[in-house]
Amino acid sequence: MNLKIPALEFVQEVKNGNISAEDFVAKTLERIQSVDDKLHAFLSVNEKAIDQARVIDKKVKSGDKVGACFGMPISIKDNICIKDSKTTCASKMLENFVAPYDATVITKLKEEDAIFVGKVNLDEFAMGLTTEFSAFGPSKNPWNTEYVPGGSSGGSAVSVSAFECVASLGSDTGGSVRNPASFCSTVGYKPTYGLISRYGLISYANSIEQIGPLTRTVKDAAFILNIISGLDPNDNTTVDNKNEDYLSEIDSGIEGKKIGIIKEMIGDGIDPAVLSATKDAISKLESLGAICEEVSLDMVKYSVAAYYTITATEAGSNLARYDNLRYGYDFPVEGYEFNSYISKARENFGPEVIRRMIIGGFVPSAGHAGKYFLKAMKVKSKLTREINEAFKKFDLLIAPTVPIMPFKIGEKIDDPVSLFLVDINTVTANLTGKPAISVPFAISNGLPIGIQLLADSMQDKLLLQAAYALEQTVTLPEVPI
Amino acid sequence: MTKIGLEIHCQLTNLESKLFCSCKANYREFGINENICPICVGLPGSLPRLNQEAVKKATMIAIALNCSTPEKIAFFRKNYFYPDLPKNFQITQLNIYGDTSIGGAGSIMVGDKKINITRIQLEEDPGRLIYEGSSSKNLITLADYNRAGTPLVEIVTEPDFESPKQVRDFLNILSDLLENLGVSDPGLEGAMRADANVSIEGGKKVEIKNIGSFHDLEKATHFEITRQESLHSRDIEIIQETRHWDDQRKITISSRSKEEDLDYRYFLEGDIPWVTIDSEIKEKLKSEMPESISSKKERYVSKYNIPGQVADVLSSDKFYSDLFEESHTESNAKEVANIITTDLMGLVDTREKREESKITATHLKDLADSIQSGKISRNSAKNALHEIVKTGKGLSQIILELDLGNVSDESELLGIIQKVISEEPQAVEQAKSNPQTINYLVGKVMQKTKGKADPTLTLDLLKKQLG
Ligand SMILES: [Zn+2]
Repeated sequence: MNLKIPALEFVQEVKNGNISAEDFVAKTLERIQSVDDKLHAFLSVNEKAIDQARVIDKKVKSGDKVGACFGMPISIKDNICIKDSKTTCASKMLENFVAPYDATVITKLKEEDAIFVGKVNLDEFAMGLTTEFSAFGPSKNPWNTEYVPGGSSGGSAVSVSAFECVASLGSDTGGSVRNPASFCSTVGYKPTYGLISRYGLISYANSIEQIGPLTRTVKDAAFILNIISGLDPNDNTTVDNKNEDYLSEIDSGIEGKKIGIIKEMIGDGIDPAVLSATKDAISKLESLGAICEEVSLDMVKYSVAAYYTITATEAGSNLARYDNLRYGYDFPVEGYEFNSYISKARENFGPEVIRRMIIGGFVPSAGHAGKYFLKAMKVKSKLTREINEAFKKFDLLIAPTVPIMPFKIGEKIDDPVSLFLVDINTVTANLTGKPAISVPFAISNGLPIGIQLLADSMQDKLLLQAAYALEQTVTLPEVPI
Repeated sequence: MTKIGLEIHCQLTNLESKLFCSCKANYREFGINENICPICVGLPGSLPRLNQEAVKKATMIAIALNCSTPEKIAFFRKNYFYPDLPKNFQITQLNIYGDTSIGGAGSIMVGDKKINITRIQLEEDPGRLIYEGSSSKNLITLADYNRAGTPLVEIVTEPDFESPKQVRDFLNILSDLLENLGVSDPGLEGAMRADANVSIEGGKKVEIKNIGSFHDLEKATHFEITRQESLHSRDIEIIQETRHWDDQRKITISSRSKEEDLDYRYFLEGDIPWVTIDSEIKEKLKSEMPESISSKKERYVSKYNIPGQVADVLSSDKFYSDLFEESHTESNAKEVANIITTDLMGLVDTREKREESKITATHLKDLADSIQSGKISRNSAKNALHEIVKTGKGLSQIILELDLGNVSDESELLGIIQKVISEEPQAVEQAKSNPQTINYLVGKVMQKTKGKADPTLTLDLLKKQLG
């Protein structure tokens, strides 16, 4: 059984009766058993996965209608609700929280007969870039287990890259899908804001985050997008994509397309290996007929500061509900007045979450909003204006997903400021609502490098076409685990 | 000079569902924590789903109070920790970052006094806390989230009121207006709550929070003015503070909490996109709004020649004006108005009596028509109305059962008239010389028939008999 096949190939094989979903899912669970001790991608595994696969095989055999996923085993970041299963956000605060409902993306995937093999690790409440801030321990990079897998959707990237599932759903607030995708050599895609419903995604910074797929191939990302995108009455911020088919015409190529190289994202501090991979990608795109030219987005230099100000503000509010009064962990209320109970209960948050909530209490407060929060909002709107200007001239923008190479676990954990700079190339897409994708492009000294493409709002189809073209220009070695 | 300003919280009780989920806006009929869902309890991952109907109704209130309405409205988060607030923030509106509340400046006339409205905002009601236990040692707080997320409109006025009486008059007008719009039932327990700010000449502004009904609002402002005046007369400084209304003892008490010092860290609610209410939408809403009370009154006076005072009473109460609208015709309008304002209002003067009352528009129409055609006297109509309200039976059945029909059989009536003539020879002579005194004889006939004689017919027959 080849667990390394992409999603679309898996679907074809089950459809044709060459493999059974049950076998594949069983082998996948075995794989998780054998490698996850080392990698720690999973926080929980679905005990019923094999039974569910059996039901699908039956449907295939009897010629009943089968959903588009044909029992494809996928992993779900543990901040997305699946009914009757634990959704912890990798936090002690929600250690025992069992979601009573399905996220919209889960409902849609269930309808198409996907199988959720398990919930995967993340930085607590998705706040981090390395998955080291999980309350249940870090995940490891399958390319070298001494290295971080990126974050916050580290478990998603690890599980896809180590063949513990065919695809995964993560969430991307400032690069949380693209960053680990780049570090683990998978495709990671954040769609236009509003393209995928956030209903059932536990909010961190709700005004800029999106759920996104992590997959082996660009085609797989388009396939999953077809299933989970579109208007949702449960999320007022979703946009109508008129049932766009992102998979059709994905091989249209990029001849004649104008691509802007974002100057501020290949500047100071960039790793030479990342820079040379980026140059290589540009020349490969040029050889396919694209016209590449440098473009400056002046506001990028303030984007990380704005990003942390805005996300901390929203996080401070979004995480206020975790007072342990209605759900949470075991901690009796007797003998407490409510203010002291809430303070005590909230000590269960991890240090990074507490750090951000303290910032979030400060930057929008009455005496300081003008200096911090409102200024950050100004940067956000200026950056949006700049990028909109750029998209008048260019069809796409390009930059490395992360300007530095993956680093060792523990190497930067005590250095939040330098860690924050890892965000510099990814937060722009979130602050402006634009779609962006990370495509695996190179391996340097045994560690992956991803290249990021951005497109204008609702140009996700064009973005996926370009990503597909770029993907076809390279053949990468297999993960060593 | 006394200055009073109000912040009125009015639940949109007539809506089907809560502001951000499909739980019932009418939470009152549910057992504790039975009218809840992942959204209104703020479970992780849930998102608010804006009730468009609430936006419409709140806009109608803004229009009715002559408020400006912005083209686009936005929602904000008001962040503070309290156990009745499931998300530990309230989704509300404000105008500090531009006019994005559902209603801006407006005004309404209360008699000759113009009361200015500062703004109107649409927001969610928190849940309810229930306290059990007698002492602070065994006190427990229970939270019921049935109410959490109920659509609420906050109406903020300028400090334009000069007396509690003006406050009461305004509240009466506002209640009638809200009821007439069909957005709210102000009589429901907890549907209307208010905060007030009160200051007297030479004193600081005092906020009074937590006033649970319109009735208490007048009392609270009255108490507060008296309290402040008494301090003032003894040269004691009136400090700026927040006080709470104690509805058991009917007094205001200085509040120890530092509510006024809270920093709510307001910022835009990203889960709800801006809502456009442009002039086209506004015009459409206007056309869907029920006729205003003042326009009804004008129509009643000009079209049916109903006296101003009667028209006033009739138009301002939705229960009566609805009955009137459904029952009247061109010809009987005055009669219907008369029955409602002189008789019916006395019979159903409380909320309970109204709810129990069986009267319908058909009853009223039949009554008015029967009076006009002489089938029943006004006096009998009163008795019939009593029976209708109680039983809901049809008018003709009641006339039969209670024998209320007019005596309009000519021979029967003639017999009675002849009897009266023989009994009252003096009055007969008088009537012959002075026809104006004939009414005395009519009265005698009425006495004998217990008021059921057809008055017109009686007069005709009497005149003939007297030659
Ligand atoms: Zn609800």
